[in-house]
Amino acid sequence: MSDVSRSAAMAAPATINVTLEVNGRSCTLTIAPWTTLLDALRDRLGLTGTKKGCDQGQCGACTVLVDGRRINSCLTLAVMKDGAKVTTIEGLETDGTLHPLQQAFIDHDAFQCGYCTPGQICSAAGLIAEGKAKTPDQIRELMSGNICRCGAYPNILAAIQQAMTAMGGKS
Amino acid sequence: MSTDVNRRDPLATTVAFGSIETANAQAAVQATAQQQASKSMSSYIGTPTSRVDGRAKVTGQAKYAGELNVAGLVYGSAVGATVAKGRIVRINADDALKVPGVLDVLTHQNRPRMADNDQAYRDDAAPESGAPYRPLYDDRILFNGQPVALVLAEDWETARYAAMLVRVEYKAEDHVTDLHAARGSAFVVEKPEKPRGDAAKAFAAAAVRHEAEYFIPIEHHNPMELFASTVVWSDDGKLTVYDKTQGVQNVQRYLCGVFGLKSDDVTVMSPFMGGGFGSGLRPQYQVVLAVLGAMSLKRPVRLVLNRAQMYGVGYRPATIERLALGARANGELEAITHEAIAVTSQYEDFSRNDTGWSGILYKSPNARYTHKLARLDLPTSGDMRAPGAATGVYALEAAMDELAVALKLDPVELRLRCYSDRDQNEDLPFTSKSLRECYRQGAEAFGWSKRNPEPRSMRDGKELVGWGMATGVWEALQMPASARIVLTANGHTEVATAASDIGTGTYTIMAQVAADRMGVPIDNVTVRLGDSTLPACPIEGGSWIAASVSHAIIGAADEVRGELLRIAKTMPDTPFADALAGDVVLTNGKLARAGDVARSVPIADVMRHGKVEHIERIKDNTFADISKYARNTHSAVFVEVKIDEEIGIIRVTRAVSAVAAGRILNPKTAGNQVVGSVVGGIGMALHEETLIDHAFGRIMNANIAEYHVPVHADIHDIKVIFVDEPDSIINPLGMKGVGEIGIVGVAAAVANAIYHATGKRVRDLPITLDKLQRQL
Repeated sequence: MSDVSRSAAMAAPATINVTLEVNGRSCTLTIAPWTTLLDALRDRLGLTGTKKGCDQGQCGACTVLVDGRRINSCLTLAVMKDGAKVTTIEGLETDGTLHPLQQAFIDHDAFQCGYCTPGQICSAAGLIAEGKAKTPDQIRELMSGNICRCGAYPNILAAIQQAMTAMGGKS
Repeated sequence: MSTDVNRRDPLATTVAFGSIETANAQAAVQATAQQQASKSMSSYIGTPTSRVDGRAKVTGQAKYAGELNVAGLVYGSAVGATVAKGRIVRINADDALKVPGVLDVLTHQNRPRMADNDQAYRDDAAPESGAPYRPLYDDRILFNGQPVALVLAEDWETARYAAMLVRVEYKAEDHVTDLHAARGSAFVVEKPEKPRGDAAKAFAAAAVRHEAEYFIPIEHHNPMELFASTVVWSDDGKLTVYDKTQGVQNVQRYLCGVFGLKSDDVTVMSPFMGGGFGSGLRPQYQVVLAVLGAMSLKRPVRLVLNRAQMYGVGYRPATIERLALGARANGELEAITHEAIAVTSQYEDFSRNDTGWSGILYKSPNARYTHKLARLDLPTSGDMRAPGAATGVYALEAAMDELAVALKLDPVELRLRCYSDRDQNEDLPFTSKSLRECYRQGAEAFGWSKRNPEPRSMRDGKELVGWGMATGVWEALQMPASARIVLTANGHTEVATAASDIGTGTYTIMAQVAADRMGVPIDNVTVRLGDSTLPACPIEGGSWIAASVSHAIIGAADEVRGELLRIAKTMPDTPFADALAGDVVLTNGKLARAGDVARSVPIADVMRHGKVEHIERIKDNTFADISKYARNTHSAVFVEVKIDEEIGIIRVTRAVSAVAAGRILNPKTAGNQVVGSVVGGIGMALHEETLIDHAFGRIMNANIAEYHVPVHADIHDIKVIFVDEPDSIINPLGMKGVGEIGIVGVAAAVANAIYHATGKRVRDLPITLDKLQRQL
């Protein structure tokens, strides 16, 4: 209890300005520095496509692309990414056309409840950009940070393979 | 009601509450449907069909319970008890209240009024006996992690921080959380499955006997979405509650009871649910706390549990299962004794059928089943995918494998020799039972005939290879449900019921059935569900929703068709003058004579003639009396494991699940259900275990890293076969649900494969490398 009592002296931190380019649009947020990128996206920008499944980097539902690389947005404070380009699931469509991964997820029924899906898709986009995964086992290994409790893993693998082919290995 | 929900949202477009929000999701649903080929007008049932809500889910537009950013939203954070049993002596929230942005801290001492009787807290999935837990009701602590305070603040970060500053003093009492310690005081629960003959005597006299105890630990559902509720308070005191639930009307009735509200004053919405697996059958405490917050502040409140708090709700009960099988030398069973001792709480008696499944699967003149419960200082256990069967059939099917070894019989052959064509518990025939075909097709697809029966006889390089199999069985239930169809003159069909789609594909099969029965392309169908104001529908569980809802839709569609016929009969030169209801069909947007569809009238013409803009009908489902039949789904599961003996790592490299479940409405989504169930079964077998520190009565691995679940790297080839199973008795479509059957037997098949690979039998789940190494 003593630790808690000491910390009680701490007031909520002062807010600061953070500028992010989210899905191609620049936005400046005035937020407390303890705000995670995940909560900034969901609660401040209304981009709830990025999901909160554990808030401690264990499930991958919050995966987004920051400057093209996949990260857990729940383990990232928004202030750490000032000036960065963030792509969320809402930013993958182009002029109303689904990203090849989005289409492949529908085609292969690569989800059930849909809650891990945005993270799976963003993670797969990052995976394809990394260019390291060639075989099914490599895809499985490098997608293992994204849990699907519905167990749609075989269909997710098939969807990623379809998208890889459609994209010719490019992101 | 049209409150701005995204006032803080500079990027997303503004959407509104209630039906518009639902309509928004439906717009996305429709957009996907329109992309799908719809050449055939009457063959959606049975055709692999992509989810009509797929586009909403892959674009992030599907809104879940904790995702409505309402203007003026208050954020909650729950504080959990740190003792397992006792009383709250004092709660000091002074420091929390000093944090700028904190609005209030609710406890049992200052919360709004709640009902004071057990009946008010009972819900559709509550155990019959016991006193349901009342969240934030009084000073009694019933389990570690029980919410004792709710911090309400202007933003989430502040609420979470302030929750850490709430100080609670307890008067702790002695607790017990260990099933093994409490098994001596377990009490017998009456079950409908009756004994046959004298199992003990027959077992003693049997030529070949196998007797052993098996153990399944506590498992938690861990759906990806955290339990969440967003409660919107309106000035007239009415509540709109966006809740993570498998039953909006169950939650609606519960909240009316707990808070003494009129039915019209509470609407519960759940258009999307991020996974349930049974965890959302009962209303969970976050919805009560969020409503308390909203009533107290008269503002909208959102409460999302954190992952650790997800372990303070229901769970699959830890269960000790004892099997005693006695057989003749030819394998025919003479005696089955199946006893279970499972966990429940101190305040409710939760149990399902663990022990009676052998009476459905295997002939035996003598059988005895006993189900006991042990009371622990934990939340009440609950339904988790195939409750009772996932655990009981694991033990039964591992025991059958051990019996096959003792008999020196192939495990499939043993099951065929014991095959029962009747449900012996009730002495009834089945509406259909194509389990023999499951064994045959599953074995063939797997390559079972190439199995060397000798343990440790098969290798792949340095890895041991094991092949195991098991049987699965579940119920084919159908419940009362009601559906509404609204046909508009332009041919658009809206189909609605208060069901949930927890990822099972309910949106899609509702669209399929409605499109077929209304004779319209699926892209002309809008589906509405997850709204408590829609026609009555039970909680989404037990694999009963597809059959229940489909037949309500058929009933409603037939009523709409009947009304069209009534109008059409009054048209000049009508081809239906002498037609009865059964003589006409809807096809290609027309009302037509069955068997002579050229004699038809466009629906639009009929409605124009009748001067009606739309036809709306609500219909309850009805089923013929089939009480003289047993109704079940069946499966045969075949599994390959590869084991690195040096380090004990076990991989499930192949699985084949052959399922008999009547007519399959949508092989695409149904196949996915079974694949996901097999993954869940692999988790049961190898990974999942909730660990309690019994000194504190607290869960030690209340997170999703130390509670292991299967990840991508754990899952390899899974093949699903739906065997043809015509069933003209069970219901007009001849269908059975597939939500649970896929998990039943999987853990046993894995355990049996591990025995075949290593010659070692681990009966305690999960089969982790330490247990295997101990035996190796």
